[in-house]
Amino acid sequence: MSSFSALKILPSHPIAGEYRRHSSPFHAAPASRLLRSSGANYLSSTSSVTAAGRPVRVLSANVVSNEKQIGSALAAITSKEALDLYEDMVLGRSFEDMCAQMYYRGKMFGFVHLYNGQEAVSTGFIRLLTARDTVVSTYRDHVHALSKGVPARAVMAELFGKTTGCCRGQGGSMHMFSREHNLIGGFAFIGEGIPVATGAAFSSKYRREVLKENCDDVTIAFFGDGTCNNGQFFECLNMAALWKLPIVFVVENNLWAIGMSHFRATSDPEIWKKGPPFGIPGVHVDGMDVLKVREVAKDAVARARRGDGPTLVECETYRFRGHSLADPDELRNPDEKARYSSRDPIATLKKYVLEHNLVSESELKAIDKKIDELVEEAVEFADSSPAPPRSQLLENVFADPKGFGIGPDGKYRCEDPGFTQGTAQV
Amino acid sequence: MLGVVRQRLGCGTMLRRAVERAGPAASLAGKNYSTAAKELTVRDALNSALDEEMAADPKVFIMGEEVGEYQGAYKVSRGLLEKYGPDRVRDTPITEAGFAGIGVGAAYYGLRPVVEFMTFNFSMQAIDHIINSAAKSNYMSSGQLSVPIVFRGPNGAAAGVGAQHSQCYSAWYASCPGLKVLTPYSSEDARGLLKAAIRDPDPVVFLENELLYGESFPVAADVLDPNFCLPIGKAKIEREGKHVTITSFSKMVGYALQAAEILSKDGISAEVINLRSIRPLDRDTITASVKKTNRLVTVEEGFPQHGVGAEICAVVVEECFEYLDAPVERIAGADVPMPYAANLERLAVPQVEDIVRAAKRACYRSIPIAAAA
Repeated sequence: MSSFSALKILPSHPIAGEYRRHSSPFHAAPASRLLRSSGANYLSSTSSVTAAGRPVRVLSANVVSNEKQIGSALAAITSKEALDLYEDMVLGRSFEDMCAQMYYRGKMFGFVHLYNGQEAVSTGFIRLLTARDTVVSTYRDHVHALSKGVPARAVMAELFGKTTGCCRGQGGSMHMFSREHNLIGGFAFIGEGIPVATGAAFSSKYRREVLKENCDDVTIAFFGDGTCNNGQFFECLNMAALWKLPIVFVVENNLWAIGMSHFRATSDPEIWKKGPPFGIPGVHVDGMDVLKVREVAKDAVARARRGDGPTLVECETYRFRGHSLADPDELRNPDEKARYSSRDPIATLKKYVLEHNLVSESELKAIDKKIDELVEEAVEFADSSPAPPRSQLLENVFADPKGFGIGPDGKYRCEDPGFTQGTAQV
Repeated sequence: MLGVVRQRLGCGTMLRRAVERAGPAASLAGKNYSTAAKELTVRDALNSALDEEMAADPKVFIMGEEVGEYQGAYKVSRGLLEKYGPDRVRDTPITEAGFAGIGVGAAYYGLRPVVEFMTFNFSMQAIDHIINSAAKSNYMSSGQLSVPIVFRGPNGAAAGVGAQHSQCYSAWYASCPGLKVLTPYSSEDARGLLKAAIRDPDPVVFLENELLYGESFPVAADVLDPNFCLPIGKAKIEREGKHVTITSFSKMVGYALQAAEILSKDGISAEVINLRSIRPLDRDTITASVKKTNRLVTVEEGFPQHGVGAEICAVVVEECFEYLDAPVERIAGADVPMPYAANLERLAVPQVEDIVRAAKRACYRSIPIAAAA
């Protein structure tokens, strides 16, 4: 099984038919030719891609400008979806902007990593998932939490370190967990979330095949360009492909790992190419365009749900702010920042939906207002919430609190009334 | 064979199911503590514990290198692949970080992985997942995600395997909140503690010892009961004594017992404690014993600095300093990476004579020797 034939021998469901790299910094003409030629094989060999039997086209700005040829019949989304996507991205943006304000006012502290500019990736993928599907993220996880459905007030209270936060203030910015929404982290170590996500996908498959439950839950692992040089990433590509796990590996390639440029750190910067050597289809998509991301996501998620195994999706995206609020962000070229700012995903979507008459200007303004109020309310809620009580310090180290051992009276220490007051000796 | 704890809550159905599967040796019809107790090797004890737990709960699965077709690198999982199939006994590629993390992710969703490290030295490649995603998750998520995982494998020195295969990890893992660290010695310990570990909803680091796998111990009939579990956090007094307390765990328990025999001929009655659980440490058994004997020798195989003995010494000083009649004696492995040559290796690991000498020093039966360089 040669690596280059891996794309062809997979079941004939294309991940993305054709797509264009939009102002790609990569020079990879030969590679894109390879992909397009394999893509052409797909296109000719499948017929069941869309209801209309036409190959999936991932939209690009080129297509938007050529809309007159295509016609509004092929508008990628309905009005309802447009509003949902817009609202989710605006929520992500406003929330992160508010985080920056709160940080500089001292209400938030420690490490805070903001997601401005990358909203299309989170919205494009997560809004397609069901409540039972799992999302695993990194330390840049506020917006993944919001897209997955964790209430803004719970996330804000967590950031303020209050007991009403989604982890009662125990986790903080980098450790967002919500069992109810199947958001399992929030990991500070890069690459740490990838094996955990692979395990979540493993559990989904185990439930279906060994426990015979009705389970087709999919897991999405988000991580960055720097992580793709880490050993755990490759270990998990191997095992996910080996065991055909229902997982999508999403690389948010924002070209920078703190101050380390992706090109200085990586021998072959094209991350999507790292999938096929493991037998996983690799896809590159313009991560500044939520519609393109969504089309790729649909295929990748459907593929995983069907049981056809993992996909590696590289989203070319950009973070408008520094790595964290403590990062002076001096190494990035202002021209690069300006170039990506002009491709702001929210502005792009807004332009698209207005041109296609999917929604009106006033509806969008209403959403903006609604989100502003929501975020303000979240701040007020977090501000007025209490700090964790002293007894919370010793709680939840173990699910079975007997892990604190057996006390002098022969009984388990956790049964000592002083224990829950936080005054017992342990 | 005291210290047996039946699992409470809902073990009734498990008991019935287990009895159906268990052979005559585990019959509960009448508790016959036969005087001719059955001999069981530690390897078979572990194997039977894994077998019974996998039979009782379909969510338990084993993952690790060579656990399936090779029957286990040390044959601990012999026969399990044939019985439970490749979905539940998973051979992995050589990817400690990857499969430890996969185990954690599966445990988040309620499965109960038993992840085997071929030796705990290799766990260093996965230590990020053991500590950061397993141990800390229940706390960071404020109780939303518990991690019912067991990391098991041989730990400590073997015979002539060199520096990179001989380290003891009990002190490292035991310093981390959120983990439970168990160190069985006998077959009874191995069976009871492994079953308790698999049933426990928290991450457990289960440190076995390669040289003990083949050793055979007599076990009472109730140890063979499929619901036999030992409590986590309780030490066992292997031998009662009056003059000096010797704490030990894993292979060193055997050495301590031999030392106690030798000491008894010199009129020193040593109390030997088998710690069984390094985290949580059974401070109360240790301090009660020190209050009785007033002298303490701690024995461990690992490196001396920041080791288990150091913690026990601090605990005893904190809790029963006035009861000590002599300074605490610490016996540990030599403060060097493990050498290969057989005679040097013998010098680098505590021997019975070292324990005897230390006990005599604690009892002022010999001139104190300054700690070796």
